[in-house]
Order: sequence, then structure tokens, then C-alpha cells
Amino acid sequence: MTVLVIAEHDNVSLHVATRHAVGAARLCGGDVHLLVAGHDCATAARTAGRIAGVAKVWLASAPQLAHGLAENVAAQALELLAQEAYTHVLAAASTFGKSVMPRIAAGLDAGQISDVTRVVAPDIFERPIHAGNAIATVQALDAIKVLTVRPTSFNAAPLDDTEAIVQDMTPVDDAGTARVVAVERTVSARAELTSARVVVAGGRGLGSGAGFTVLEPLADALGAAIGASRAAVDAGFASNTLQIGQTGKVVAPALYVAVGISGAIQHLAGIGDAKVIVAINKDAEAPIFGVADYGIVADLFDVVPALVTALQEDEQKQLAA
Amino acid sequence: MKILVPVKRVVDANVKVRVKPDKSGVDLANIKMAINPFDEIAVEEAVRLKEAGHAAEVVAVSCGVDACQDVLRTALAAGADRGILVRTDAQLQPLAVARLLAAIVRREIPQLVILGKQAIDDDCNQTGQMLAAMLGWPQATFASKVRVEGDRVTVARDIDGGIETVQLALPAVVTADLRLNEPRFVSLPNLMKSKKKRLDVVPAETLGADLSPRWTTLAVNPPPQRQPGVLVKDAAELVHRLRHEANVI
Ligand SMILES: Cc1cc2nc3c(=O)[nH]c(=O)nc-3n(C[C@H](O)[C@H](O)[C@H](O)COP(=O)(O)OP(=O)(O)OC[C@H]3O[C@@H](n4cnc5c(N)ncnc54)[C@H](O)[C@@H]3O)c2cc1C
Repeated sequence: MTVLVIAEHDNVSLHVATRHAVGAARLCGGDVHLLVAGHDCATAARTAGRIAGVAKVWLASAPQLAHGLAENVAAQALELLAQEAYTHVLAAASTFGKSVMPRIAAGLDAGQISDVTRVVAPDIFERPIHAGNAIATVQALDAIKVLTVRPTSFNAAPLDDTEAIVQDMTPVDDAGTARVVAVERTVSARAELTSARVVVAGGRGLGSGAGFTVLEPLADALGAAIGASRAAVDAGFASNTLQIGQTGKVVAPALYVAVGISGAIQHLAGIGDAKVIVAINKDAEAPIFGVADYGIVADLFDVVPALVTALQEDEQKQLAA
Repeated sequence: MKILVPVKRVVDANVKVRVKPDKSGVDLANIKMAINPFDEIAVEEAVRLKEAGHAAEVVAVSCGVDACQDVLRTALAAGADRGILVRTDAQLQPLAVARLLAAIVRREIPQLVILGKQAIDDDCNQTGQMLAAMLGWPQATFASKVRVEGDRVTVARDIDGGIETVQLALPAVVTADLRLNEPRFVSLPNLMKSKKKRLDVVPAETLGADLSPRWTTLAVNPPPQRQPGVLVKDAAELVHRLRHEANVI
């Protein structure tokens, strides 16, 4: 049994989601190989070779692979799958993995098991359905199992100092029908949402983009990443990259603070793995209180600043002790 | 050009589904069904492209049982010109749906297929990409902006780290994200008018597609339940508990 993982990278550094995907791949059994398809991406490939449990890295480098276009990356993976015997192909269930993997599955004439949260056996997997209101256990019937895996559900395989062999492969031709014309990256000095230890998230209750900024000092005090509900994103209070939920990102922090968020099923779908949930909402009937470990029923514009002060006082006390 | 919009009939987004006691699936008896919200957005986008003069016809297609005619009527009421039901009682998985849609594409020859990025029942997020692969077409998933110019479509895509803009040569597949548009309210007269629009029923068997399932569901369980928490009186108490009880700060 050998498992192929499609790496996600920016040609220089490897996205941490790939290490979570390797973590899942190791549970499928057998050797793990990685495909790094990009342009001038030898650095990313070398890092890939240092992921514990990776036996070999395939490197395909060409301009048409620079931006991770699904058309070209899937064709590259299919080329490799035609040459070598693999039992599983997987990638993280990121926007990259979600775009590329179904094309690979279709090319193999195989089904795809999306968003796997648990590997029960090499052919049996758990995955959430209906916005996480049910967990399905499914058995994949195809010879090659095609999976996307939820990064927050699997430990990231660590990096070590042993480098796996990196083997070059001939890049596939450009499909020639798609090109990337612009990429606007949201830059933030804060922790990345999906891997943050603490997340402070705001909803429609913040009222405006200016209102949303009351979360900044709270996030500073907690060393937290900032997230948002769909309503907050739709209303333009926050960037779309911050959306948490069924159709946004899935987070699994030790502490999740929901501020002015009602707790719709679609939002809860993204926070089920949080260890501790805190809710701040002025409506005692808000469904978020049904899942929160700690709740404060009050106006968030009073509570959030008070919380910042209390955290600062607490920190002083810790320093003094 | 012609735009094809596949639509799926799913459990209404406001319904909280429950797992059946025998764990064979979720209980769908007497549950409100609706058009998949992302597909509704796809229909709206296609209709807007038609209104802007980029498309001559919008064709909605659904695969499944007779009741899927309801969601086709919803699409027609929202402005689609005609509907096709690919009728089958088979349990369809995304690969099979993509095959059926590919067969319809070969008949209808649209220049653009717009569908929802995922269905809110199985949450698979596969069909559009599989369809594009089968047709050898380019794809733009998670669209938040679509612009058609001549024989190209430019799409802004919501990706994890920001926004990526891609340009695709038509014909192409686009999958709609929530931010793409706000679907219009369907007026009663339009709903009435939609009843007169053409809706063809095509038996799935006549399309020669392999519909075999690629996975079997062994069990469906409820998710782990969270224990009910406590209300605290103020910020100071919250910080105290987070530090000394939950140990998360
Ligand atoms: C197909 C589909 C997919 C979706 N996907 C997602 C998703 O991925 N993520 C997501 O989040 N949503 C998603 N939604 C939307 C979801 O259904 C809800 O509409 C959304 O989560 C509501 O956001 P909210 O809680 O911020 O707003 P609201 O529901 O409006 O809640 C605002 C809350 O703020 C409180 N509040 C207001 N003012 C104050 C104040 N001054 N102090 C304290 N509290 C205050 C109110 O009491 C209220 O509870 C999806 C919906 C659909 C149909």
C-alpha cells in the first residue's frame, strides 16, 4: 500500500495543511509519497521531504504549474497515478484540495470521499454531512481511494532532519484554457485561523466595520486569530477569508469566543471541535448558548472592553505571582 | 450563448435534521425540501447574465426523482427559460450526477455551466469539478464575481488566503459561492408564469451513464453532543474561570 498526497505550497514554503494531510495518510497504512507540482519549487519539495513518514517526493516544475491551477495539477497527478501504483490519493480539504481532487477522482473514474474526519480502516472513513448534524461512516469501493481530509481532525506530521529523496518528473503540458490573472492575499499579523489556539469571532451583532474593530484589543490580549460569521462577512464588516462555518473555514482552537453571533447551524458546523466555547450575546435565547461552555448575556460593547481590562489585570497578577 | 444550471433538491437549510434510530441515515419523512441554496445563487447569476445580454437561454437541469420538478419550477420562476429533469430513482452520488450532466451538456451544448459549490445535504463539493474534468473544460470554483467578455469568462474566486482571479476560455464550468449574489425574491406572477414553461423529462437510462455507487454508507450517527455550560455574571468571573477551571488562558 502506498499513499499519494498532493502538496499545497506557494513554491517556496509548504502549507501546514499538507502536514495534516500526511498525518491522515499515515493512518491509511503503507508508505507516503508527496507530489509537489509548482514552478521553481525545489525549496518546497525539500521541506516536503522532511515531513516525518514521507518516503519520497515527486517534483514537477513548470510555469503552468506555478499557481496550482486545478486543470494542470490534476493532470500531473493523473500522469503519476498512471505510472505508479497507489492505493490512496489525498489532499487537505482546503480550497486548493477541494478544487483539484474531484478532477483527479473523475480522471480515475472513482468516487471521492470529501472532508474525512476519521480514518477507521484503509477503506472506511467518517465524514460530517448536513452541516455536521450527522456523521456518516462510509466504505469506499474503488480500487484507488480518493479523499480530501479535514486538517483540524488530524495531527500535523512533524518535520524532522531526514530528507526523503526528491525525484523529478516531466511536467504535463499546459491545458491552456485557464490562467490566473491576479491573486489578492489577505495579509494579517495575526495567527492563521485554522491553526490558531484561540479564536475571537464576530457576527452581525458588531453592527458595522467600525464596530468590528472592538475585537482587535480582545484578540491582542488573547493572542487570538479573528474570525467572523457569514452575516458579518456579507455585511462587509470582515474579509471573506475570515468566515467560519459550513461553507467557510473549520476551526479547532482551545478557546473560541463568539461575540454577537447567534449560533446558526451553519456557523456551528465550523466550531464543533473547539475545546471551550465562550458566547457573548445580549439575547439569552440565542442558540449559541446551547453549545457554549461559558456565556455572558449582555451588550457586547460593554463586555468586550471589560474583558480586555480583566485579561490585562489577570496577566499582571500572573506576572506578579 | 446558452447557460446550463444544474439544481439539486435538498433538505431546507433551516431544518435541523435528525439521525434515524436505526442509524441508516437522516430522517427525511415530512421534512421541508428546497432548492440547494448555492444552486439558487447559480440560477440567479445565469439569469443576470441573460438580462445583461450575455446569454440567450438559461436551462435548468435536475437529476433524481419526480419531486425534483419542484426545484426546477423554483429555477423557472427565478427566470430560467426551460427545465430538464433527468429522472431516476437511483441513489445518486456526485460522480453519477456529473456523468448525467455531461450527457446533457453533450446534447444541449451550453457555453457555460454554473452550479452551486456544494450541496448542503451531503456537503461533498465535487460535482462541478468532476463535470469539468469529464468534459475537459476549465473550471472556476467558489466564484464571488463572474464577468463574461467574448469567448472568455473572468471569475474572482474566494480562496483560503484571499481572492484569486482566473480567466477561462469558454466553454467552462463555474461553481457559485454564497457571496456571488443575492437571489431575487420570486413574485407570485412569476411563479404562475413558470408553470407554463417547458419542462422535459429524460429517463436517466436513455443517457447510457454508469450510475453505480462508489461508496456504501455503513452508519450515520449523531455528532458528539456538547455538555451544557454555565452563564457567568461578568468579565472578571469569565477570566477567572478560563484561567482556573478551563485552563485555556
Ligand atoms: C447554505 C448556507 C450556508 C451558510 N454558511 C454559513 C457559514 O459557513 N458560516 C456562518 O456563520 N453562517 C453561514 N450561513 C448563515 C447562517 O445561517 C446565519 O445566517 C449566520 O451565521 C448568522 O450570522 P450572525 O450570527 O452573525 O447573525 P445573526 O443571526 O443576526 O446574529 C446576531 C447576534 O448578535 C446579537 N447581538 C446583536 N447586537 C448585540 C450587542 N450589542 N451585544 C451582544 N449581542 C448582540 C443578537 O442577539 C444575535 O444573536 C449559511 C447559510 C446558508 C443558507
